[in-house]
Amino acid sequence: MQSYLYFPGCTLRTMARDFDASAKASARALGFELKEMEGWLCCGAVFSNVDDNLMAKAGPNRILSRAKRDGDTLATLCAGCYNVLKRTNLQATHNSPSQQSINAFNEETFNGGVEVVHFLEILRDRISFPNVEKSVKSPLTGLRVGAYYGCLLLRPSGEMKLDDPHRPSIMEDLLTSIGCTPIDYPSRTECCGSYLSVSSTDYAEPLASNIVKSARSCGAQLIAVSCPLCKYNLETSQLRNGGDSTDYYLPVVYFTQLLGLALGLDPQQLELDPRQMKPIHEIQTLRVS
Amino acid sequence: MPAKRIGVFICHCGLNIAGTVRVKEVVERASKQPNVVFAVDHKYLCSEPGQTLIRDSVKQQHLDAVVVAACSPAMHETTFKNVVQSAGLNRYSCEIANIREQGSWVHDDSDKATTKAHLTVRQSIEKVRLNEPLQPITVPVTRRVLVIGGGIAGIRAALDVANGGYEVYLVEKSGTIGGRMAQLSETFPTLDCSTCILGPLMVEVYRHPKIKLLRLARVEEVSGYIGNFKVRVHQEPAYVDVAKCNACGECAKVCPAELPNEFDLGLTWRKAIYTPFSQAVPPAYVLDAKNCLGLLPQACGECKKACDEFGTSCINLDAWPQTHELEVGAIIVSTGYELYDATKLTEYGYGIYPDVMTSLEFERMLSASGPTAGEIRRPSDGHVPREIVFIQCAGQREPETALPYCSKICCMYTARHAMMFRHKVPDGEAYVFYMDIRAGGKGYEEFVKRCQEEKGLLYLRGRVAKVYEENNKLIVKGVDTLSGKTVQINADLVVLAVGMIPSSETHDLASKLKASLDANGFFSEAHPKLRPLESPTAGIFLAGAGQAPKDIPDTVAQASGAASKALDLLSSPTLEREPTVAKVIGELCSGCGICIPLCPYTALSLNPKTKVAEVSEALCEGCGTCIASCPSGSLSLRNLTDEQILAMVEAMVAT
Repeated sequence: MQSYLYFPGCTLRTMARDFDASAKASARALGFELKEMEGWLCCGAVFSNVDDNLMAKAGPNRILSRAKRDGDTLATLCAGCYNVLKRTNLQATHNSPSQQSINAFNEETFNGGVEVVHFLEILRDRISFPNVEKSVKSPLTGLRVGAYYGCLLLRPSGEMKLDDPHRPSIMEDLLTSIGCTPIDYPSRTECCGSYLSVSSTDYAEPLASNIVKSARSCGAQLIAVSCPLCKYNLETSQLRNGGDSTDYYLPVVYFTQLLGLALGLDPQQLELDPRQMKPIHEIQTLRVS
Repeated sequence: MPAKRIGVFICHCGLNIAGTVRVKEVVERASKQPNVVFAVDHKYLCSEPGQTLIRDSVKQQHLDAVVVAACSPAMHETTFKNVVQSAGLNRYSCEIANIREQGSWVHDDSDKATTKAHLTVRQSIEKVRLNEPLQPITVPVTRRVLVIGGGIAGIRAALDVANGGYEVYLVEKSGTIGGRMAQLSETFPTLDCSTCILGPLMVEVYRHPKIKLLRLARVEEVSGYIGNFKVRVHQEPAYVDVAKCNACGECAKVCPAELPNEFDLGLTWRKAIYTPFSQAVPPAYVLDAKNCLGLLPQACGECKKACDEFGTSCINLDAWPQTHELEVGAIIVSTGYELYDATKLTEYGYGIYPDVMTSLEFERMLSASGPTAGEIRRPSDGHVPREIVFIQCAGQREPETALPYCSKICCMYTARHAMMFRHKVPDGEAYVFYMDIRAGGKGYEEFVKRCQEEKGLLYLRGRVAKVYEENNKLIVKGVDTLSGKTVQINADLVVLAVGMIPSSETHDLASKLKASLDANGFFSEAHPKLRPLESPTAGIFLAGAGQAPKDIPDTVAQASGAASKALDLLSSPTLEREPTVAKVIGELCSGCGICIPLCPYTALSLNPKTKVAEVSEALCEGCGTCIASCPSGSLSLRNLTDEQILAMVEAMVAT
């Protein structure tokens, strides 16, 4: 079985275990394995990203240099980790004075050379969406999903090069291949508020609730994300605004959970809770009747 | 041969050189070099007193050779060679040491700059010591001009050359001349009708006895050199006899093939037999063979039937392409511009939302002969828009994602567009997002101010982040950097001022002409300030937006300038070329022929009798490619021989 060296990151070990589990299970169903790299540590995404903050870069440089011992490719899931690691690798290829300081501090020389890929990229570029479609056992036909990208997956576009930063389609293409109906809504690439939701809630919250509002008004039954922080912000803004009312709640899930369902995996294995499953039951009921 | 008496003249160039280089010290050190009998400095050597100093010193000191240490040879080499020649020496007894562009301007450290200046001078002394006297090569001039591109630049240049008394070939790729200017409704800042001022010039070109118009034509191959170009032009047939066609239009009425009209940027339809626009020149219909339902084998022929029955029997469906072999002395390149592909600017949704247009599409809509006969309408539903947003710098000044440069004309035409909108929709509201207003030009600033103040346009300084559709409106989200707030406008129509890019064939044509392009794909000029009308390739002149984005006044000025450059070249029956070309040492050449295919100028050939390589001095540009390739060392460049190069290297590295 083809395997990819995999960097989970801290959140996927705590808040976002469902992301980790559903991705690993889906990968196996598609015929490849996510092999966790040894000795991984925090990617540094939680630290400020100012250019001269070398300390924030020490961690990701260590991760990449360790990964390089075991392979050329490093797979990621969390959009934050993906962004930090991919850009750190790129910066390391320019042998700048700051890179030299980092290398001196880390007491190891790292000058790039790791291909940091997102799980979505593996599906698109290595497995291919038509092949994903062939592996689908129970297509989610009719499920209207709003893919939410946020910023870190796509920007800065010149460095990330995953997709068009204004009109991306990678998640929609995946959703289409598993039978969903992707919804185009204007806020799908807007900022969710990031960590400001902790420190400046008043400022951040309207950003997240506008995204949910926009997705709902365009007919989404569910939002699919690839970042635990986005998920947290989109969910908490709903809890704050409309409470727990099931009528109001627009479930936010990881794209890997939908992928797993379509590949015929068990919702429990994918750690989907009943509220998240509600729209899926709805389309299944519709299909039966 | 007695040793040469060499004089060294060192320029201060005000403080340009003397500010960093200690000129007196360089003079002192130069004077100690072997064979240097005279060394002196001057504040401005290129000035009249400076030139006189050189001329007098050559005579008084009985100098055989001169080194001028000053600015780049690209600036004043000719000047100083003329001075030396006027003092009675061979003009190739003069060498320039560049201690400004390659010295004082790029160094801060005075000690190092002074040492480098000294070494540069010493190197030139070594070179001039070994220079041989040369005579310029005289070649005849073909006194005709080729103009490539029939927009306003090509039209103006062709007319100026033809009025100067020389024959002109005007090659145009489309079915009519007129170019972009013909598509415009009005021109800034005077608001005069574009066709009204262009139309008479188009007719003048068509009627001019000295101008031969080759439309539907493309340059296929260019060979030769300044004064003697040979150009092969491929011309598609129009299938319509221009002399007979009276543009009655009976043919188009019956033509079954409909396709988007390029002249209206696809906002209207045309037939396969059509006239691009009513003022087209030549004033005749033209058949678009690619989209005709059947020419080979002839399947339709409806147009011909109609023309034979109702018209003038001017359609000949059996016409064939023609190849013209032209001989010209000068080429004026006026290939113009296209618009940057707005679909790449995904944030604005062009190509997704029908009511997001480019400025040129909007321009067509403003035109009385355009798709809406001058009324402003939304393409989606035909309604008159009330709220309109103009986005300036769309895809421009964005080095990371789109074009790095400014297209220069957008501030002006956007002001005009917004003003025209307020004219035509008095109760409408026009918003303009801008970065800064660049209205440098005669009457331009006043024009923009007038638009803003009298017409009540709302200028918002900032960029637009995204445009999307909601409830039949285009939601424009941007930022107003003056108030520091984000703004949202619910617009009916969005107009993008997209940037200008060189015409799609520019790259291909440039390689045929061996004319260089700049980083953005526009034709390079020989010198940005002093030779803006010429390509670095001799005999090729530049006019219009193919060289850089520019407006109509600048284009016309450049076209007349390029024409006068061409006239200058043609004014004499012969011209002189630099004799610093390759030469073959016959006894060393084995006739292997390696050099022959490598020559970019086809200047080398194998003499069939002697079996050694021969250089055609009229063709050779002195690039040195053959010399580097020669396995037996039998090729060398006049006045830049291996011996000289080694002596120069030694002068540079020796302490």
